[in-house]
Amino acid sequence: MDFVSFLTSWLFDGTHWTGSDGVPARLSEHLGYTAVALAIAVAVGFPLGAAIGHTGRGGLILVGAANGLRALPTLGVLTIVVGIAGIGLVPPITALIVLAIPPVMAGTYAGIRAIEPITVDAARGVGMREWEVLLRVEIPNALPLIFGGVRSAALQVVSTATIAAFVGVGGLGRYVFDGLAVQDYAQVASGAVLVAALAIIVDVLFIGLQRLVVSPGLTSAKSKGTSS
Amino acid sequence: MTWVFDHLGLLGGLTGTHVYLALVPLVVGLVLAIPLGWLASRSRPARAVLLSVSGLLYTIPSLALIVVLPGIIGTKILDSVNVIIPLTIYTVALLVRSIADALTSVPATVVAAATAIGYRPLRRFASVEFPLAVPVVIAGLRVAAVSNISLVSIGALIGISGYGVLFTDGFQLGFMTEIVVGVVATLLLALVADALLLLIGRLLTPWTRAGR
Amino acid sequence: MIEFQAVTKRFDDGTVAVDDLNLSVDPGRITVFVGPSGCGKTTSLRMVNRMIDATSGTITVDGNDIRQSDPPLLRRGIGYVIQQAGLFPHRTVVDNVATVPMLAGWPRHKAKKRAVELLETVGLPAELGEKYPAQLSGGQQQRVGVARALAVDPPVLLMDEPFSAVDPVVREGLQDELLRLQDELGKTIVFVTHDIDEAIKLGDKVAVFRTGGVLAQYDKPSELLARPADNFVASFVGRDRGYRALGFLPASGLPIGELATVELGATAVDARSALRDGWAVVVDGARCPIGWVSEKHLATVDGEISRDSSLSGGSLYDVDNGSLRSALDAALSSPSALGVAVDSTGAVVGSVTADDVLSALAAARTAGEVPQ
Repeated sequence: MDFVSFLTSWLFDGTHWTGSDGVPARLSEHLGYTAVALAIAVAVGFPLGAAIGHTGRGGLILVGAANGLRALPTLGVLTIVVGIAGIGLVPPITALIVLAIPPVMAGTYAGIRAIEPITVDAARGVGMREWEVLLRVEIPNALPLIFGGVRSAALQVVSTATIAAFVGVGGLGRYVFDGLAVQDYAQVASGAVLVAALAIIVDVLFIGLQRLVVSPGLTSAKSKGTSS
Repeated sequence: MTWVFDHLGLLGGLTGTHVYLALVPLVVGLVLAIPLGWLASRSRPARAVLLSVSGLLYTIPSLALIVVLPGIIGTKILDSVNVIIPLTIYTVALLVRSIADALTSVPATVVAAATAIGYRPLRRFASVEFPLAVPVVIAGLRVAAVSNISLVSIGALIGISGYGVLFTDGFQLGFMTEIVVGVVATLLLALVADALLLLIGRLLTPWTRAGR
Repeated sequence: MIEFQAVTKRFDDGTVAVDDLNLSVDPGRITVFVGPSGCGKTTSLRMVNRMIDATSGTITVDGNDIRQSDPPLLRRGIGYVIQQAGLFPHRTVVDNVATVPMLAGWPRHKAKKRAVELLETVGLPAELGEKYPAQLSGGQQQRVGVARALAVDPPVLLMDEPFSAVDPVVREGLQDELLRLQDELGKTIVFVTHDIDEAIKLGDKVAVFRTGGVLAQYDKPSELLARPADNFVASFVGRDRGYRALGFLPASGLPIGELATVELGATAVDARSALRDGWAVVVDGARCPIGWVSEKHLATVDGEISRDSSLSGGSLYDVDNGSLRSALDAALSSPSALGVAVDSTGAVVGSVTADDVLSALAAARTAGEVPQ
């Protein structure tokens, strides 16, 4: 297969693994953008989703907004932000944050709303204060869906950070665009494969983290819930 | 606004391409996902395999898939198939789960009743199980349609037409109007597709509104 | 203990859920709120721990106006058991039970120790403590719900249709368990149900609500059956209320007649000679009843009388604690028309007849124990 030999010839070339445009440097740029954007998106989206989920007020607006934002073309958002703020790191990261907030917020909101009303009633009934209801009952029970939201946000950010290279910043997407510019297909394909691998690794890491953090009582509840 | 009126021809052409590139994967994806979803609803091992494979495929960033395809299947880099195939893959990945879940949730009593009346399995699937799964399938299609319409733009990065061209051109020329028009057009198209699917769903499932 | 004074609840949409409720719940007793759906029974209950605030009127617990207390603190001092238990799915059984002690600031080990003790109190094995609610049956979950409510030993328990989501057999077990627990603990319990039989079985006093949140009658169960205040209560307590009311009349004065008995293992010939009026009860070595033999039946038996060769009997009447209802049922369900009376060890002491039960009822009427 010449596709594989393409890849191996590029990936096993030692010169591609050093320097400011080497794989380690590009990878850490990519992860850097992802981490910063995701952290800010969680810092904004999680409390908003939790507050709206807890009070039940503004839920329709939130769901509508989240659906609307999903229809936004990533490339359009990216180029608009660059058009407004100019070239640099801020525009792509802003675009990544805008894209990551809706899934985090919608996941948190949906997770809290999906809890049986009787469970929340019991929490108040045994004498929990509102913040205790939220922190000790609603959020722990919403964790599977919260993680779902953060996971899809993370994937979207990893994927969109690739496109961000189009507006002139670093990250693994550079290989794709630089390769396309000079018709170096081996470089394009290698960049794409690296991004795909990164996305899968990030996804698997989140699944593992979710297993660690989510109460086993919720997973067994799920398997029982579907059978009844 | 004047820019829009001066370029109606261009916009019309882009809309046609964009709709084509988003619609074909939706239809092909649905046709492929029905048997796969049925299989996943029937056997536990098949379900495990199909759902993890579709989860994995869904994880792969669209740009990566689009630029890698020519190397794998030997198409030209500018071929629109390079966009259609990834979007089809995403559509299948999304719908297999919806269809499997929808079919699993058809009440066993209904299936038993259909069998007792004398339906053979294939006919029973077509006239009882699948129609009952339609609301969930439509919900899945709505998500897939909106996400396809938004993703088609990525194709512009490798030179495939659609609204995405407005973003790449606008960016290179530093012309904001063009980008904004592209974003608005994408949103409008997504809205129209969503509304159409909602309507089709309602027409196909009159019983869901009976007695409510 | 708990006092409702002119309590009204009007919801935002204008519906009146509870209309001018005046009621006093006796301390250390079970008070049941019963009525059809929409009668305000649950709303009345939930106003006690301020899950819902009354629109007007006053509720006091132990003499203190509940409006003066901070709702979370008030609730921690009142046990709360709800339908389907409402356990926290993400916490183990022990952690669920330890919730209130932890909220009250107990150290973790003390709270857990208390939780394990309580599992035993409600009749659950300690091993269940490490399971999650989803791994428990409905009846077990409900017991955990009761344990959670008892955790800080609150004097008051509010129970909102706690047993309505479990199947009838389990429900009966849970009801018996609650009565046993109440004998030990002597809590002030307010119990909401839509099931009049459950109300009559559990309640020391029963409050019947009618649609619109009006209290129709508040009385002892026996009074409710014997003297319903109006047609609504009469129809709500049901068709067999005359018969069920017998359950509240002690049968201590009932004459006990003689009863022929035959021991297991006796020959058919011996059995035949022991018959009285054509019937005899087969008993085991401890004189506990096994079944009946009759003249006609003995003709078909060869050799010894065994468990298999005796006819199955009816219900038994316990001479020490039985009511007229159980005496009448024993007589009516017996193949010989003689009810078998047993003592507290289960040994046969004699017979009762339906006629005697009816005479005893007539005597009770004359004595004024039964309202006309």
